[in-house]
Formats: sequence, structure tokens, C-alpha cells
Amino acid sequence: MSSLLWLIPIALCLGTGALGLFVWALRSGQFDDPDGDSQRMLNDDDFPLT
Amino acid sequence: MRVGLASFVHCKGEVATLDLVVGGARCGGCLAKIENGLRAMPDVNAARMNLSTARLHLEWVGKPDRADGFASKLEEMGFSAGPYLPDDSEDQDKAQTRRLLLAMAVAAFGLMNVMILSIAVWSGGDSMSSATRSMMHWLSAAIALPIAAYSGRPFFVSAWTALRAKTTNMDVPISLAIGLACGLSVWETWHGFEHTYFDAALMLIFLLLVGRVLDARLRARTGMAARQLAALQVRDARRERTDGTLETIPATQIRPGDRLLVASGERIPVDGIVARGESRIDAALVTGETDLQAVVPGDSLYSGTINRGAPMTMEARKASADSLLADITAMVEAGQQTQARYVRLADRAARAYVPIVHSLALLTLVGWLLVGGTPRTAMLNAIAVLIITCPCALGLAVPAVQVVAVGRLFTKGILVRSGDALERLATVRHIVFDKTGTLTAGRMTADVSAIPESDLKKIATLASHSSHPMAQALQSEDTGLAVDAVEEIDGMGLKGLVSGHRVMLGQARFVGLGYDAPGLWAKVDDKAPIHIPISDRLRPEANATLQALSRRNIALSILSGDAAPTVEEVATHLSITDWTARATPAEKLERISALQASEIPVLMVGDGLNDAPALAHATASAALASGTEIARTASDIVLKGETIEGLPFMIDIARAARRRVTENFAFAIGYNMLAVPLAVFGLVTPLVAAVAMSASSLLVTLNALRMRKVGAYDGPDHPGRTYKGENK
Repeated sequence: MSSLLWLIPIALCLGTGALGLFVWALRSGQFDDPDGDSQRMLNDDDFPLT
Repeated sequence: MRVGLASFVHCKGEVATLDLVVGGARCGGCLAKIENGLRAMPDVNAARMNLSTARLHLEWVGKPDRADGFASKLEEMGFSAGPYLPDDSEDQDKAQTRRLLLAMAVAAFGLMNVMILSIAVWSGGDSMSSATRSMMHWLSAAIALPIAAYSGRPFFVSAWTALRAKTTNMDVPISLAIGLACGLSVWETWHGFEHTYFDAALMLIFLLLVGRVLDARLRARTGMAARQLAALQVRDARRERTDGTLETIPATQIRPGDRLLVASGERIPVDGIVARGESRIDAALVTGETDLQAVVPGDSLYSGTINRGAPMTMEARKASADSLLADITAMVEAGQQTQARYVRLADRAARAYVPIVHSLALLTLVGWLLVGGTPRTAMLNAIAVLIITCPCALGLAVPAVQVVAVGRLFTKGILVRSGDALERLATVRHIVFDKTGTLTAGRMTADVSAIPESDLKKIATLASHSSHPMAQALQSEDTGLAVDAVEEIDGMGLKGLVSGHRVMLGQARFVGLGYDAPGLWAKVDDKAPIHIPISDRLRPEANATLQALSRRNIALSILSGDAAPTVEEVATHLSITDWTARATPAEKLERISALQASEIPVLMVGDGLNDAPALAHATASAALASGTEIARTASDIVLKGETIEGLPFMIDIARAARRRVTENFAFAIGYNMLAVPLAVFGLVTPLVAAVAMSASSLLVTLNALRMRKVGAYDGPDHPGRTYKGENK
């Protein structure tokens, strides 16, 4: 049973971490333009590599 | 020339920023074209286009007066641009979507953690000591309560609003179930009993929020129509003072009687008449027709139409706010409000559902007390009834069906703006078509059968030197003939020397006939003038599409702004008996309202600005992507790929979607008939509730996915997008 004492906090910490990442993504505008972002990655930059 | 954008620029030191609403950008190709095109201009720091909201953010080093230059550059590339006027409703939409996403993420976090604890309790069974179980419950409560309070807010707020308006919606039973499940669980935890429903409450919230987020995504693009109409309104005008000098004034200050100068290429700012000068007007806004109209002093002018000929002076007859464009804007806004009043299937179901479920729960409570159960057992079972009957599957099922249906239509080049548009579309029993640009291609074609081959070559060569739509109908591939001394006489015609022969092309009077006659006339050297009939070609797929629609028990009619003979010809050809010619935007709207008043749901299909009010008011509406931006934004559905042949498929999908939703309702009723007796007789434990809830959600989602097989589509496939150089 004592394993619960550290397993539950670990589970909560992992979950909080993932939630924190999502909140960061949301705040930094990652979900503002789903249409544009899905298309933008298909566009070539046309910059020479060298 | 566009004036006045500079006043919308924000300056911070050397750096100027400007937000524009860009019309016509719909794909990755457009996005790249706009961003790269503007970034290539000198001193531009940043150009970022948001495709979801059609907004462009620009940042450059220098003076604000470069703003108009950017707008002309955009217009050169084929996009319209207007200033972005900060709009509360749009920001609210954005904030709302963010809140929903965040609430969903938080609920998912809570659900997963509480579920870990719940599974431990369920699998531990009797071997778990009551102290450990109690600890698990307290931990669950600590996680679940704040999260339910936060993530459940969208439902609580909506339910409270409905209750205060003395009605119910789906959120009322949802909120009640969440609230009671949490309350009961706290009470059980407090007394050390075993039945807690924290996981069920969070699962309910999470699954319902998934549905809400899907729904918000589908709705994200509505409400843009009025904004883009506003971008068409002229902001500045040049007024003639009494001494003949000019002053620039805001369009809102124009008074009836003012004399205004309208340069070539400018929009008419208000309704009025021509005071001085002759010109040609592009009135596609009012009539939807592509031909330019010649105007002379005394002729009336409508706001929003464009002066395509010489500069002229006009006399204002109305103020800006009473002009045609403002009227259309108001009609579009009003129409969208009518559509917003449509009660969704899910809410209608909830109105029947709520009283039944709540009386059942009450009966369970009273019943258990009557047969001698303890108050705790009676309460537990009554709340179990509420939890198990919570319309969780429905809240997810309707948006899931709609997302799949919208995705199916998208792959065929049909864009649907909102989920309830599909519901409305499924009810349609009458389709009203605009003519020009919808049933016809909107492009002129010439009947050249009467012209000798050698003359036709010369005429076509000359025609290629004009940009007039009628002349363009005649153009053919490079004929290799030498052309010299081409002269275009405005509003009359075109003449020149083609390999030594004098060729004339234009109006009847222009080629030397002494009278006016319709169509285009040509004359080679001194031969007799030849008549070239010009007409707008019917879309090749129109007949088959309309027949397919008739087979689906849908009545058809034509409502056109064009002259009666042309409309009659098209109607006869398509075997449509119900047609109206010379209809103004307001008359089109009246016709739609009349049909709706007799309880017939109407689908309006159009492409012109003159169709916009009718489109906005119709039960459902579709616009062609090749039409005007305003028609597209006023519509629920946009047909890409220059064709109307997707219409029958669209109807099939919408009807299939409604069937799926109905099936899901039926499934929900069946599920309740099984589960409710279990709950009433006290056989539902938290474990049973969790399994039943997730199983039913899975089932309705799978049923929604069956939509992927509906309706074999026999037309050509539209890829829906191209990546390079597309600007439609």
C-alpha cells in the first residue's frame, strides 16, 4: 500500500505536466488558425538551402 | 483608387501595423501567395494571414500612408481587402472556443486521474480495507470537485439561462446529473460508504465537451458576412463645393443633393443619379449580370456598383445609411438571426426528454420510500436514474454525425459552415435557383455559325484586343494574322486593320446600321454587317442535376434579375415551369419568405450579391465559389469547382445525417428502456454506470462513422484545393 503514496503523486504530476503543456500551446496561439496551419506546412519556402 | 486605409494603421515608433480582412483566400496556395507577395515588398517586416478568420496582420517600417499600396497589391493578386474593424462578437467567439478547449483538457486530466483511483476501488473489491477505500474517495473528491466546477461551467451557465427564460434545454438534465452525482458522492465519502460517482460525473463532462468543441469548430466561420459587406462600403467621397472645387469627406457625411465626383474604377458611395458625364456601370451587385450598363445624366445609380467608364459627377439622393448596400447588409444580418432561431434536433429532443426523466427519478425516490427503503437507498437509486439517463451519448452523437458528414462533403468540394445548416438542409423541399452564374456559366458565348471561316478568323483576331466580356466570347487561339491600328471606342465597339482588311466589331449602330439591335455586330471591309448572337451558356451538368433533384421530391424554381425572354428560354430548356424574371434583391427575399410562410423549407442557390439577402433568409443556402464573396459568406454551403452537380449528393448526405441522428435518438431511447429499470430497482453501481456511459457513447460515435458510406457520388471528384497559384 505504501507504493500508493508515491504512485498517486507521480500520476498527478504527469497529468499536470501534460495539462500544463496543453495550456501553454493554447495560450501561445497554436489553436487559433487550424485551417491555415494545416495548409502552411505544405507550402515550400523557396529559399535556397546553401 | 482606395483612400482612407492609413487611418486604420497603428504606429509604434518607426514600426507600423495594420490588420486587414482579406476576401477570397481559401487555401494554402492563397495563403502562400499573399504572405510571400507582401513580404517581398520593401521594408515589410511581417505578413501573416489567418485562414480561419480571413485576417491579415501586416507590419512594416515606415509611414502609415503605405497602407493603400498594400491593399492595391492584394487586389492585383486577386483578393479583396478592407480594414479590420475590431468586432466584439468575433473576439468573443475566439475566447469561447479557447475556454471550451481548456475546459475539455482539464476534464480529461481529471477523468484520467479519478479513473485510476476508481478502477483500484472496483478491482480491489472486498479485499480493500475501508480506510484505503475512504482515502481513495477523498482523493477523488479533491480532484473531481474543483474540476467539475470549472469544466462543467458551460453547461451550468446554459442551463441557468434556459431556466430563467422558463424553458429547458439539454443542459438542464446534464447540469442536474453532474450536480447530484457530485453531491451524492461527497455525502457517501463523508459517511465512508462505497458508492461514489466522481468518475461518472467527470466522464459525462468530458464526453459532452468533446461534442461542444466539435460543434464550435463547425460554427467558427459564421458571422463573417456582414463584416465583409462593410468592407465594400465606400469610406470617403469627393464632394463638389458650390465654387466647383473638390473636398474629401467621409461617406457618412454625404447628404442628399450633394454633388460627388466618381472617378473611373471607383465604387458609387451612395444611391443617386448621374448629374454630369456619361459612363458605363458595373451593376453586378444589383442585377448579378456581367454586362456593363451605359448611363447618361438622369439615370439612377446604386451604392456599391462600380464606375467602369469615364469619370462622372453624380447627385446623391440618399444618405449612406439608407443606400442599397446598407439595406443589403441589414437584410443579410436579419436573415442570419432568423436562421439562428432554428431549434436544433437535439434541443427539441431534450424538451420532450427532460420531463419524462425527471418524473421517473422522482417516482423512484417516492417508490423506494413507500416500499420501506432507507432514505439513502431511495436517494441513491433516484440519482442513479438521473445519471444513467443523462443524454451524454446524444450530446456527442449529433456533432459526431455532423463532423463526419461535413468531412464527406468537403472531399467533394462542398464546404459546409455549420452543423445546423446540415439539419436545415435535410428538411428542404423546394430549391430556388438564381440564373446567371448558377444555372448558366456566367460567361458569354458567341454563336458563330453564320460567319464565313475566313471572316471569323479576322473578327476573332480583332476581338482578342478587347477585354469586354462580349469580345472575349469571340476570342480563339492565336490566328497568326497581323493586326494594326486597333481603336476601341468606349461603349460602341472596336475597329482595326487585320492583315490589310478593315474589321469593325461592336453595336449595331457602330458597324453602320441605322438602328439599334441586340447582340454583337461585325463588319469586314464593305460587306454587309453580320449579326453574332451572344448568350450565356447553360452549365452542361444543369439538366442532369435538376432531374436528379426532382427525383428526390424537390420542387424547383428560377428567380432571376435578368430579362424575361432569357429566363424563359433557360426555364423551358430545363423544364422548370415556375420562374420569375427581373427580380430585385428585395423581391427575391420576398419570394423566399412567402415560401417559408407556407411552411415549405427552401434551399436558395445563388452566386451574386443581389442574391445575398435571399441566401441569408432561406432555410438553407448554397453559393458557388466562383460567385461574389458576399454570396459565399451569406450562405451555409459553398460549392467549389465551378459546378452545381454536387447538389443531389449534398441533399443525400444531409438526409442521411438526419437519419443517423434519428437512429441515435432511437438508440438512446432503447438504451434507456434497458438501463432505467436497472437503475429504478437499484441494480446500478458506479461501475455499471461508467461502463454503460462509455459503451453508449462509443456506439453512437460508430453509428456516426457509418456516414462515410452514404450516397455513391457519380460525378467527377473535386480535389477541393490546389496548392500553387490558386486564388479562388
